[in-house]
Amino acid sequence: MNKLMTAGDVVAQLRDGMTIGIGGWGPRRKPMSLVREILRSPLRDLTVVAYGGADVGMLCAAGKVRKLVFAFVSLDFIPLEPYFRAARQAGAIDVMEIDEGMLLLGLKAAAMRVPFIPTRTGLGTDVLTHNPSLRLVDSPYDERQWLAMPALPLDAALLHVDRADVRGVCQVKGPDLYMDDLYARAAAHTYVSCDELVDPAVFERDEEARYVFWERAETTGVVHVPCGAHPTSCAPLYGFDVKHFKEYAASAREPGGWAQYHERYVACGEAEYLQRVGGEAAVKKLPLPVF
Amino acid sequence: MTDTTLVDTLICAASEAWCDDGEVLATGIGVVPRLAASLARLTCNPDLMMTDSEAWLVAEPVPIGPRGDYRLRRETHMGFARIFDNVWGGKRHAMVGPTQIDRYGQANISMIGADYRKPKAQMLGVRGFPGNSMNHANSFFVPNHGTKVFVEGEVDMVASAGYNPARLARGWRLEDIDIRQIVTNLCVMDFGGPSHQVRLCSLHAGVTVEQVRQATGFPVHVPADVPITAAPTALQLELLARLDPHGLRASVLGA
Repeated sequence: MNKLMTAGDVVAQLRDGMTIGIGGWGPRRKPMSLVREILRSPLRDLTVVAYGGADVGMLCAAGKVRKLVFAFVSLDFIPLEPYFRAARQAGAIDVMEIDEGMLLLGLKAAAMRVPFIPTRTGLGTDVLTHNPSLRLVDSPYDERQWLAMPALPLDAALLHVDRADVRGVCQVKGPDLYMDDLYARAAAHTYVSCDELVDPAVFERDEEARYVFWERAETTGVVHVPCGAHPTSCAPLYGFDVKHFKEYAASAREPGGWAQYHERYVACGEAEYLQRVGGEAAVKKLPLPVF
Repeated sequence: MTDTTLVDTLICAASEAWCDDGEVLATGIGVVPRLAASLARLTCNPDLMMTDSEAWLVAEPVPIGPRGDYRLRRETHMGFARIFDNVWGGKRHAMVGPTQIDRYGQANISMIGADYRKPKAQMLGVRGFPGNSMNHANSFFVPNHGTKVFVEGEVDMVASAGYNPARLARGWRLEDIDIRQIVTNLCVMDFGGPSHQVRLCSLHAGVTVEQVRQATGFPVHVPADVPITAAPTALQLELLARLDPHGLRASVLGA
């Protein structure tokens, strides 16, 4: 089966009001070219599920988000995501704020097709206060109450990987998969952008197949976009673009800043975007972050 | 005390949090907690496990800042999913820097303000605080001890659970919570007072009990005899120079 499509094809599959999971973590391996395609579309009222970074910030700035399911939104070296902050402080979005691990469990439950997974995480906190839909349950095996983390099924997941083939075999060689495999399994449809589109024979070599973390049946569509994670990182191919993130964050401090950012980096389309951020060769030279 | 010697004192005091932990993952978020965990690993608890703050468990603490030709001594992969496996198993002791802490040890990094729907200041979100607090030992580092951090009532958003009986789910006990040290720029405290009340453990040189009381929004249990926080030893200072080759800790308490 040939699953190759364009970012436009992906967004054409999405509908207003859908629940969309976005892979990656903060400023790392986000499917930013797919996010920018959503920004260019009339899609709206989305419920976004993410370990959030600028993906969430941009979708908030563009008014695409009705509800956010999150544990944090951060650019890490810029701790507070400016457009997410602005949206929250304006009371513009609904939120389901949960622990990072609860988010994992919600995706896992959806992937396992069970209604919830019991956990102690979240007990004793305002995560319960502010999410009245979260229920405590009695255990059939002990006398304690447990938090029943509900499944977080996704209408669609958007992911970015280093390499993929047209069958939907996806490879991540960076040091962390984040929860991308769970997003793929929790979603009815998973769309993956890849830096490199490779021949299926690549996965037959050496240990290449060990870097494939979900089966191709979980992948609905593959979009070939070199540097498609920019300005987030896609280790080991490139680090995140500190300069670009600073410019992005600075735009939030200006009146009309988002409109200007959108005009310069979103409305122009992906080919022009890549030129405006320095071109493929420059992005591939961005250093990997060190902590 | 200059800021540099004060920060070294704080790091050394904070390192003691991990001394009796045995073989657990020591996580220090931020410069001071990370150096403190690293120091503990090299002095009082060689069994501690540490990460490179990204995706690998490493055999020795990684110096902070640009690494030059330093090479990681990898032990195992430790991506985020694996971190949660470790958290849920309980073999971890984290030291973090909350924005607000209350008398129960409940802590907040999520948002500030009375209206959760429309925060006065949105911060990070609860991150892993809820899970950390219900699964393993936690300590806090506070570089600016004052009533904005140590609040009078409850924190605005309880991100990590504390010794608050009103919030216990059925079948759970306060002893299921394990909050250890609070290291601040004024003193070291813990929850060893009556009924888990915050207790003063030591004062940094030149700091008075009254200063701590004034800077804390809730009553602190003060034992009859409060020692002065130990000054760093020569060995500790030598190790710190290795762990922080660029001197990043010097600016932690500044500005």
